[in-house]
Amino acid sequence: MKISTFGYSMKQGVKNIGRNKMFSIASVATMSACIFLFGLFYAIVINFNYIVEKAEEGVAITVFFEEDATDTQKTQIGEELAKADGVLDVNYVSAEEAWDNFQGNYFGESADLAEGFKNDNPLGNSDNYEVYMADVSKQADVVEFAESLNGVRKIRKSDVVAKTLTSVNRLVGYVSVAIVAILLAVSIFLISNTVTMGITVRREEIAIMKYIGAKDGFVRAPFVFEGLLIGIIGAVIPLVLLYFMYEKAIQYVMTKFSLLNNIIDFLPVASVYRTLLPVGIALGVGIGFVGSFFTIRKHLRV
Amino acid sequence: MIELKEVTKEYSKGIAALNGINLKIAQGEFVFIVGDSGSGKSTLIRLIMKELDPTSGTIVVNGQNLNRMKHRKIPMYRRGIGVVFQDFRLLKDRNIYENIAFAQRVTETSSRIIKKKVPAALSLVGLAQKYKAYPKELSGGEQQRVAIARAIVNEPAILLADEPTGNLDPTNSWEIMKLLEEANDRGTTVLVVTHNQEIVNEMKKRVVTMKKGVIVSDEKKGGYNNEN
Repeated sequence: MKISTFGYSMKQGVKNIGRNKMFSIASVATMSACIFLFGLFYAIVINFNYIVEKAEEGVAITVFFEEDATDTQKTQIGEELAKADGVLDVNYVSAEEAWDNFQGNYFGESADLAEGFKNDNPLGNSDNYEVYMADVSKQADVVEFAESLNGVRKIRKSDVVAKTLTSVNRLVGYVSVAIVAILLAVSIFLISNTVTMGITVRREEIAIMKYIGAKDGFVRAPFVFEGLLIGIIGAVIPLVLLYFMYEKAIQYVMTKFSLLNNIIDFLPVASVYRTLLPVGIALGVGIGFVGSFFTIRKHLRV
Repeated sequence: MIELKEVTKEYSKGIAALNGINLKIAQGEFVFIVGDSGSGKSTLIRLIMKELDPTSGTIVVNGQNLNRMKHRKIPMYRRGIGVVFQDFRLLKDRNIYENIAFAQRVTETSSRIIKKKVPAALSLVGLAQKYKAYPKELSGGEQQRVAIARAIVNEPAILLADEPTGNLDPTNSWEIMKLLEEANDRGTTVLVVTHNQEIVNEMKKRVVTMKKGVIVSDEKKGGYNNEN
């Protein structure tokens, strides 16, 4: 295609939007509604994932040593654990730190009650590694691995929390894939329908082009540009809307349910948009392209 | 230039719109195709346009066998044929200049040449002053003249006109026929499907008469024969 023809096709694509205002508005509205729903759902899912991930990071396995374990053995155990699959971080807690933590948790403000243990650490043999998981579904494997290491006496872990988080995560994954697939199918169907309506209105114009000797590409190009433009506009509108709504919604939740402040941490809008923006635009462009390109194809055989 | 050999076209099995047609039209000829509704005239035009494929038989135009023509070759083939319809088929949302320029853009002609050729084509049909008007602002005769300008702007070897005067009064009909005759004088082969007896009888051109899908007469300087 010549550059001048390319320019002409682009210009016609823009003009087509103006010529068929109602059709264009209907297409943009359909696309906006679909991408808005997609964005809304994506924001919810990604935040839920983030919350679950945070919760996972808090889940730790505690690895205690044999009484006669040497410092070298302990260092080696730490290194082996850090290398294990699914482990995020390994933190050494000395016997003194373990006792300090225990005092803080158990005696609280009445620290004087612990005076009797002043020179005798009752947790003297309780130095340990806190192993934090990047992926709780691998916890059982890590526990098995830790048990096989020389110098390990005991392991404390929470199977229930790990299992719950794993299954919640899996459920969220399945649901999000299913909903995104449904939304995609619905939007392609709706866009294809609206494009068909637009093409039906212009069937005569397409027929005239073909009689005059227009190549398929020449007939198709303005429609595809039109579809792409509608796709971009249909994506930008809901993305801008969601951007402002997201911040307002988080502010609202945090002020209305201040109790959640300590438990839940929402993702900042920039983090959500790092993925949502390109995906949303790509979705708009993709649906616009697929909708117009394939719908016009069947009208070209004149 | 145009040759049909034993051409049959059936839309549904057993019902032939054209039945074993043989027709030869030489370069530079002016031919009227006449006949009642349903005689197969428009089917003939659509076959030459490669809008339809024959059920059997061979069609050769400008040395190209249409039976063997691939879909992607059709646009180039059609650029050698100008076509005029009864209902004008202009793009209603574009002005006259854009309607004619459109035929050139389709063939990827440069803007510089379009700017030269469109006014020239408009002058030929006597509408140079109305280039800014939209189709709805023109009379039927004027719209048909625009359609002719669009058909001849690419200087096609063949001009097909399907009932070009069907929607026009006698005065406008004669003007349109004059334009088609002028195109023929410039060397274009012209094929006109018509019901207009007065024009056919007056112009004394070759007349091919069709009835129920077959050619019943083919006269060099013929007239409209109702008896067929």
